[in-house]
Parts: sequence; C-alpha cells; structure tokens
Amino acid sequence: MADLLQKYEKLRRRHDDLVRFGADAVMLVNERLLSPTRAIINGRETILAGTNNYMGVTFEPDCIAAGKRALEQYGTGTTGSRIANGTYALHVQLEEALARFMNRRSCMVFSTGFQANLSMIAGLCGPEDTIFIDMDSHASIHDGCRLSGAKVVVFRHNDVEHLAKRLERHPAERGGRLVIVEGIYSMLGDFAPLKEIVALKREHDFQLLVDEAHSFGVLGETGRGLAEMAGVEEGVDFIVGTFSKSLGGIGGYAVSNHPHFDVLRYAARPYMFTAAPSPASMATTLCALKKIEAEPERRDILMRNAEHLQKGLKEKGFELGFDGAITPVVAVICPTEPAAVAMWNALLENGVYVNLALPPGTPKKLALLRASVSSAHTPEEIDAVIAAFEKARAAVADLV
Amino acid sequence: MTTAHKDIEATIMRLLQAYNKEEAPLSPETNIAADLNIDSADVLNFVMEVEDEFDIDISVNELADIHTISQLAALVAERVNAD
Repeated sequence: MADLLQKYEKLRRRHDDLVRFGADAVMLVNERLLSPTRAIINGRETILAGTNNYMGVTFEPDCIAAGKRALEQYGTGTTGSRIANGTYALHVQLEEALARFMNRRSCMVFSTGFQANLSMIAGLCGPEDTIFIDMDSHASIHDGCRLSGAKVVVFRHNDVEHLAKRLERHPAERGGRLVIVEGIYSMLGDFAPLKEIVALKREHDFQLLVDEAHSFGVLGETGRGLAEMAGVEEGVDFIVGTFSKSLGGIGGYAVSNHPHFDVLRYAARPYMFTAAPSPASMATTLCALKKIEAEPERRDILMRNAEHLQKGLKEKGFELGFDGAITPVVAVICPTEPAAVAMWNALLENGVYVNLALPPGTPKKLALLRASVSSAHTPEEIDAVIAAFEKARAAVADLV
Repeated sequence: MTTAHKDIEATIMRLLQAYNKEEAPLSPETNIAADLNIDSADVLNFVMEVEDEFDIDISVNELADIHTISQLAALVAERVNAD
C-alpha cells in the first residue's frame, strides 16, 4: 500500500527548496503584533504590507472592548451549529446590521469566508445545475463548485465574450445557471467587468453571485463593493464576503434580496454542520462594521495609500500585475520564482512583509510579491515599503 | 471514424506541444497532466484551447475522467459529431 503522503513528495521537495533560500513563507510567525501595520517577525520590527487589513481596524479600542464584553457575557465559544444551539443574539444582530449596510433583505453569517463560499455555492447549486466561473477564481469557489456536484464551466479571466459564448453553449436545461465572479481578484487586484456581465442577463438567463471578499469596505461610495461601484446592485442576486479583511475579524457573510434566501439555513451543509462563529468574533465584527460606516474617510485614506504605493513602485521601474485602476492590492511581478523568493527574503530583512505568491496559485504562472495597503499605513510607511523593494531588488541583482 | 479520431489526436498533440516543456514524447496513451508535468491551471488553459480549436465545450466535471490524449480525443470526437 502506498503511503498516503507520498503523493506530495514533489510538493514537499519544492517547499524544502524554497525554505533553503531563507525564511519559510508558509510558516512565518508574527511573534508580536504592535499595531495594524507593525509586527515583530524574526525578532525585527516589520511593516505589514501584505495582510489585507484594508480598513486597519484590528486594534480599535472600542472593538477590542466589545470583544471582551462578548467573552464575558457569552463565553468563549458557541459549542454548536447555528441550527442547533449556536445562534446567539450577537449573530442575529450582526446579520441584521450587515443586511442593512448592504441594503439587502437577508443576511447569513458563516464561520469563515471560505465556508461562506462553500455554503452558498453548494447550497444554491446541485447536480442538475450549471455554474460558470472565472478561470482565476479563489480556491473556495472552485471547491464550492466541486462540492455542489453541478456541471462547472470555466471562462477566461474577465472575458465577457467568452462567458457569453459559454452561456450560449450550455443552455439551461433542467436546472438553473449561476455565474460567479469576484469584486477584486486577490492576486493582482483587478476586478470583474461587472456592468457588462450583468448586461448579459438580458440575453442569457442566469443568476449572479459576486464574491466581494476583497472589495467590501473598499469599493463603492459607501463601501458595499464592486456591485455598488458599477451601479448594478439590482442585477446581482447573491453577494458573499468576509470579515477577515476590511472588518478585521474572522467569518463570512452572504446577502440577498431573494425572498426564500433563508431556506439555505437548513439546506447548505457547510453552514448547518459547522460550529457557529465565536461571540467575540461577532462582537468585534459588529463594532468594526459600525466603524467603517461612520468613518468613510478610511476609504479615502486607503485609496490614497494604494495610489502612493502603485505610483511609487512604477516610478522605480517595478512591473505591476495590474495598474488599470487604483486598488489596494499592488502585486509586483518578478522575473523568476527564485528571484521572487530571494526578494521576499530581502524585503523581510529590510523590515517589510508582503505575500509571496507562486504558481499554480497565481494567474499566468506569475511569481508575485503581493502587497496590500491599509488605511492605517502612514505615508512614511508606504515610502519605507517602496524603499525596501528597491533595496531588495539591489540585493538580488544577479537574479533579476 | 478512426481517421477522425486520429486527426483529432494529431491536433491535440499539436496544441499540447506548447505545454510540453520537457519535450516528452507524445502518444495516444500519454497521460496529459502526469506525464507532461502540467499543473491544474495549465490543464484548464490547454482544454480551453482545445475547445476553441474544435468549437466545442468541455466542462470541468468531464475532465475528471480524462487522463490520456486518446481519451480526450474520444470526448472531442463525440462532441464534434453531436454538433
């Protein structure tokens, strides 16, 4: 009998090779957190420029106080699923607050963003349905599709014409059709041509789900995401999002105006058979939601920081994965994988953390150093990040 | 029918060359992902090229049972003939 882990031999060897270059990107330890933008890593104070902490709310005193109060009032965990004993007043309050913020009839919260996609996709779709997904979709979307048992059709990234062709070739037969796109694609920071995709509904019958994980709080006049920014909220049937980025917590949500949306509470298995999110998570998220609603200037600062980093890196000659608009994800394309790994290590040594993103987890097999900015970054910190990129490039000059 | 299958196999092999970085010899029994060391993202890219070439659609689910060039050619032939 083969050892079950034997199949990962190649993957393991590749990981070991990467670690030989320096730090272990998948086991990097934040020894201490100093603020939303600073941590101690390898004993060194480091600027965090790859944490998706867009609104910078992870250390807000009132959110921390709300979490503490929830711990005292509700305890450490729910010890049960939402459909059993796990629904607390806080879950309901957060669902109501999110539905109001997103201007939708109903909201469900989940224990993680990944679970939100699994629950929604596998809850909405079954073997008789067809799902159309963008080639660069997040792993949770791919896995949700697999779990659903639906027929899955992939279209080229952001290619509306290709999607239209696919819709034409796969007519709705017995079941329904769901198109899934993302508000901001996490690797490069680009976003779906949502207006054009919604327009396809006029000719092709389908329901539309938008994953606003990276765009919630970030895009749109009030932070409701890409659907709001593109002015097509009515054309989007379901929105999925996460608490672990702009809201600085852990968990996920889905909202809809569908009158029977709540049936998913007792039909979507990943929701039904998971312990409900912890009371402290719900309380800090609720507080963070009120905060980003009351302080829209955070979004303005975020976009200023994003522009600062994008422009700064371009001026220094770095090639970016996407610069067609200002988004808080700024991905630097490295010429090779060894160059990306060496630069990532050099950045850390220069006190800057970004994400190291390598194929096959990246589009077009790109080796990326993926930075993301926060509204909590100061202009001086953004300058320091740009300077560190320059130093890192110089340090690995023989590889780039 | 046999000729059509052979023609399809030849076209698939031509399209596959771009992904055959290690220049492994191709035969109808070549396992596309395993023998040619192609990752999941490139399998999708390659299949999209096959779809464009023959103007057909192949769903992700169908790929689960397709391993060799010959198996892919059989699916393409079935789709082309159905159209």
